[in-house]
Amino acid sequence: MNEQLLSVILTIITASTPLLLAAIGELVVERSGVLNLGVEGMMAVGAVSGFGAALLTGNPYVGVLAALFAGALLSLLFGFLTLTMVSNQVATGLALTLLGLGTAGLMGEAFVGQPGVHLERLHVPGLSDIPFIGPILFGQDLMVYLSFAIVAGVSYLLFRSKAGLIIRAVGDSHQSAHALGYSVVGVRYLCVMFGGACSGLAGGYLSLAYTPQWVENMTAGRGWIALALVVFSSWLPWRIVVGAYLFGTITVMGFSLQAYGIGIPSQLLSALPYVVTILVLVLISRNRALMRANTPACLGQPFVPDR
Amino acid sequence: MEYLLEALHVTKVFGTLKANDDVTLKVKPGEIHAFLGENGAGKSTLVKMIYGALQPTSGEFRWMGKSVTIPSPAAARKLGIGMVFQHFSLFDALTVAENIALAMPGAFDMKKLSERITRVSRDYGLPLEPTAVVADLSVGERQRIEIVRCLLQEPKLLIMDEPTAVLTPQEADQLFVTLARLAGEGCAVIYISHRLEEVKRLCHNVTILRHGKVVANVDPATETAASLARLMVGGDIHVVKSAREDQRGATRLKLDHLKLPADGPFSVELRNVSLDVKAGEVVAIAGVAGNGQSELFDAVSGERSLRDAAMLVIDGKPMGHDGVNTRRNAGAAFVPEERLGHGAVPGFTLSQNVVLTRHSSDEALVKSGMVSSGGAAGVSQRVIKDFDVRKGKPDPEARSLSGGNLQKFVVGRELDRKPGVLVVNQPTWGVDAGAAATVRQAIVDLARQGSAVLVISQDLDEIFEIADRIAVISRGQLSEAYPASELSSEKIGLLMAGAHELKETAHAARA
Repeated sequence: MNEQLLSVILTIITASTPLLLAAIGELVVERSGVLNLGVEGMMAVGAVSGFGAALLTGNPYVGVLAALFAGALLSLLFGFLTLTMVSNQVATGLALTLLGLGTAGLMGEAFVGQPGVHLERLHVPGLSDIPFIGPILFGQDLMVYLSFAIVAGVSYLLFRSKAGLIIRAVGDSHQSAHALGYSVVGVRYLCVMFGGACSGLAGGYLSLAYTPQWVENMTAGRGWIALALVVFSSWLPWRIVVGAYLFGTITVMGFSLQAYGIGIPSQLLSALPYVVTILVLVLISRNRALMRANTPACLGQPFVPDR
Repeated sequence: MEYLLEALHVTKVFGTLKANDDVTLKVKPGEIHAFLGENGAGKSTLVKMIYGALQPTSGEFRWMGKSVTIPSPAAARKLGIGMVFQHFSLFDALTVAENIALAMPGAFDMKKLSERITRVSRDYGLPLEPTAVVADLSVGERQRIEIVRCLLQEPKLLIMDEPTAVLTPQEADQLFVTLARLAGEGCAVIYISHRLEEVKRLCHNVTILRHGKVVANVDPATETAASLARLMVGGDIHVVKSAREDQRGATRLKLDHLKLPADGPFSVELRNVSLDVKAGEVVAIAGVAGNGQSELFDAVSGERSLRDAAMLVIDGKPMGHDGVNTRRNAGAAFVPEERLGHGAVPGFTLSQNVVLTRHSSDEALVKSGMVSSGGAAGVSQRVIKDFDVRKGKPDPEARSLSGGNLQKFVVGRELDRKPGVLVVNQPTWGVDAGAAATVRQAIVDLARQGSAVLVISQDLDEIFEIADRIAVISRGQLSEAYPASELSSEKIGLLMAGAHELKETAHAARA
């Protein structure tokens, strides 16, 4: 029993980490007032780049870096279009998803069926060998720890540092921030690229740790769940952890129930995370007071300095 | 150093418009110097150049005797120039201290900063709680944040752009005390206003601008309000003739214990609002912005539906459940506060905008589902002629009109229907004196012809000019409506600050 529970928990962590990474990145983007709906596309490009780089060099960490840069690069395109050229953020984000998925498919053609490089779990002698607790706390791969470090860092940055204050200010009123002499577009570029890098990492995690191989459309809508998680968290970093692990759990539960042969159609089980996403969003959005208090007031609005 | 700031032959050209034309003026240290002028006279352009937000086309500024260019607001702040804008540069979701920290250069130490804010704000009689979130604060308190933000940088010159437009009379008094104290400490103040009494009371020196030019530099002590007004307008201002009568007819608009829950953290809940507006009278609702005026307008116009139909009665018919069009068909007309975007679609022509509010109440405009462009153009031309709307093209887009002209059009469009009940929110907000007089006269005339008119306004002068009865709204509660002759601005100020609320609450407790 313990063995089984342990393996379920370990799977949940691997299933939740990409959601956590993508969502925490998008949270920063949205805190600065930009809505980037292209998370799915950036994840796909991150996944294929990470896979390819790791395959060519044989080093999974090179893959992680490649995923990070690929995501950031694609988000830079989004930034150029929406911030410099002031195009519509929703339309551009959707286009970015299509572009990312298509590009990933093209780049990945040669990788289909290739055995991937696996991002190894760490092994701390002694600690990792503690029964049950050890593998959970001290036996994860580096990216799991990194994802929590990013959440802690973002939380500290947003609410304790001047840089975070500026990000929140830009998201709350770009006109006021501009009037005080801050570069709204500059701040947003940095946030968008941070979000892109996180999405890229999330994609890389899928193709290096979750299922170390390349399959087209392997992101399977996780980018959209990450977007929903940001709303779920009402733009507070630590709530992203709760949300990501909740959805990770539901996904894994779907598989586990199937394995136990419980008589629920498998399609329904695979749809479960998405159904729950919709339900949770509906429930949360009913509380309008809560939603408005934290929603960046300028979210999705284009900024053109007057004059 | 005799003068702190000198502007010498400053000219600013936008396209073909000379916003400032050869402006020369001098400000001494410790002097409260008023810039007086109508909207569009060039006051804002001038101070924006002093604050570095705009660059002059020609001419020069001297700061403490030395010629300077001020390339940016940051440079202005460095010189010691602070400015409080009419539209605050604040962040609703952040705290007072965070808002101020964003404007402070150097190290980021919230604890130290909070202590400084508490100390400075108390010293100057502008108490502020550093941890309060801006969204929860009144407009007056928000202005304090802006002022304290400037004061913390120890300015030598403080520019204030129409600071009292959003304050209760008591808050304005407190502000004058603060400004006088600042001036006493040697800080110069540039004070933009078009309220003459205030300028006379507070300022040491007045520069009057008209059409971008300096037309006079006078000592306010030796002038009267009327003489200042003449200099400002370049002639006499039309005085609204109201021929106040006590012949009031039947109640045409009745609000009966109207309640409306808040629809967000930044919205106000309406609590038991009751009011009768009778045929032939103008009733005004005074109050500081953000006390439930927009919520009340939404409730009366039907933009938000009411729980109980009997809470709103138009000509004897309970209409609380009905939408805007049904209410219009019952003879009511509504003019919202925001003319561009709410009152008119910016990218539509004026005749198309006519159709938008009158398609269901005006049979000539829509026939079997098809818009009659001829009919719409006819109405639009009539409104343009009756209200002297000035425009560049025969049927221009709404956004191409100036604020005053669009306001005349938006009000005129509704008045043209001769509605039985008219509800107007901020009829002359940001409109020059001439256009304001036209709009006010038309509102009073409509009432005298037997309509019931409800005006929501923050401008006390306007309210006293046109209203027969006045009620005051504060925090979503409405006072009883007093005859205008029984109220002074002091009394209204007390009501604005919530003097009637206690009574209401006590009432509720007993009931």
